[in-house]
Amino acid sequence: MNRFAPVGDSALLIELASEFTEQANRQVIALDQAINRAIDERRVVGIVETVPAYVSVLVVFDPLVTDHDVVRAAINLLDTTSGAVGEPSRHHVAVCYDLGVAPDLEAVAVHSGLSPDGVVEAHLSGSYRVVMYGFAPGYAYLSGVPDPINVPRKQQPVRGVPAGSVIIAGGQCLITTIEMPTGWSVIGRTHFRVLPDQSDEPFAFRPGDEIVFDRITLDEYKATT
Amino acid sequence: MNTASLRVVAAGPLVTFQDRGRLGHLRHGIPASGPMDRTAHAIANVVLGNPAGATTVEVSRAGASFECVGSSMTVAVVGGRFRTAVNGAAIGPNIVVTLVPGDQLAVASGPSGSWAYLAVAGELAIPRWLGHTATHSLSGLGGGHVTAGLDVGVAAARADPLLDGPVAIFPGNSLIDGVVRVVLGPQDHRFTAEALQHFVTVPFALTEEFDRMGVRLDGPHLDLDAALSIPSEPIVRGSVQVAGDGVATVLLADHQTTGGYPKIATVVGADLDAFCQLRPGDSVRFVPVTPAEAITRVRTHAAASEKFFNDELLRTRQLARRLAETDLIGDVGAG
Repeated sequence: MNRFAPVGDSALLIELASEFTEQANRQVIALDQAINRAIDERRVVGIVETVPAYVSVLVVFDPLVTDHDVVRAAINLLDTTSGAVGEPSRHHVAVCYDLGVAPDLEAVAVHSGLSPDGVVEAHLSGSYRVVMYGFAPGYAYLSGVPDPINVPRKQQPVRGVPAGSVIIAGGQCLITTIEMPTGWSVIGRTHFRVLPDQSDEPFAFRPGDEIVFDRITLDEYKATT
Repeated sequence: MNTASLRVVAAGPLVTFQDRGRLGHLRHGIPASGPMDRTAHAIANVVLGNPAGATTVEVSRAGASFECVGSSMTVAVVGGRFRTAVNGAAIGPNIVVTLVPGDQLAVASGPSGSWAYLAVAGELAIPRWLGHTATHSLSGLGGGHVTAGLDVGVAAARADPLLDGPVAIFPGNSLIDGVVRVVLGPQDHRFTAEALQHFVTVPFALTEEFDRMGVRLDGPHLDLDAALSIPSEPIVRGSVQVAGDGVATVLLADHQTTGGYPKIATVVGADLDAFCQLRPGDSVRFVPVTPAEAITRVRTHAAASEKFFNDELLRTRQLARRLAETDLIGDVGAG
């Protein structure tokens, strides 16, 4: 049973589960798509945007047009089982795992009892899915990090981690888009850009998309931009 | 005619370009950003005849100063009670003034308020990102930070000295006795009964940890009912998040879009502009309202705000326009 919780005067949080599972997240994506189809087809009014997360969807509405009860009733009427759930896309991301751009690769290797190359092979073997965007612009959280390299966060965040860093923690992976402090482990670097540089470009990923990491050498990394 | 520009002589931290904000990208990890005090930003634009959502310079308490270059231009400074001066002469807060080339405009922290908006009659030529100039302060994405030496072009600059003078401020934004209305939740059920009781009865003070992302509060520790980690959930502007140390933070214009800490309450949107104008040390009391009461409050506030904009500001501007058309006063500003 979904839990509906009011969020201030202009949003409603729909929690579909209390713990993350791939299945719960697929239901989140299906509900998000169903709500957006209803918006596009003008079957609901006043919804401004929706935010799919791990196990919940936030529905932001215009309180001058509608309210929590009306939005909740409209969403309860939606059929999320039928209707085309958008086909996920598959994206290839070229990553350089050279120790010079992967400052935490050796520490992850020590933690997981693997060699640095073993960590890279484990990372390349994962089946990654975009679970949600969150926290900061273009931060796409990927599930699917293999268990052997499921490392915890560091005790303290490290400052100045550059954009394009491939970082892992707690069974998740993401590609940083801006220079930020992070407590996640930096295991590689990519030129892949999730965030659009210009106004009208689309974002690289959609929730539900599949990501495949491909290994490149430092020379290959330096030869491209 | 010379190219008009506004040259940044000096600017402290957290002085940024802001249009009305970039809605619709929470799903991409991007908060709307935009002005901390949305009402003051809109007033600064509307008194000059600009679209309400146009780009302004948001000046923090760190202050900023500018030089008018190339041609005369009328500007508005609206928001907190900042010390505003032209060539060293104080002109008071919440003011419209016409600058001539060479004039120096200084906007500095005054008796109260945390943010002021500098709007220019015309259009600031600022790069857009995802359709907006609103600056996400953490990344600098959007129009960006305002820094010394920057020469900001002003397209279609207008000098309209008839508009010069004090600006009326919307009275509907003041917090009476520091009362800030909140809707409890969405994770209020994660807290102890005592924590919930404290949250709505004990005053909280704003701390120095106050930027565009949020403000940490000083008050009773708010204990969770059980140690737990919830999967990250979406956050909105006004979310009151309680970290593992029991300290509450109100998340503001550049808030992170998701977070795993429980949110005990959400500030009602109509109280947020006034909340943002408070200063470290100022005290607030959170008063819970039902979701239905919050909606009523927002609608009442919106109606009052609309009436204010229509009656006060547009009438003033139209009067000035009519005077200009009858040519009672010449183009004294075109220096």
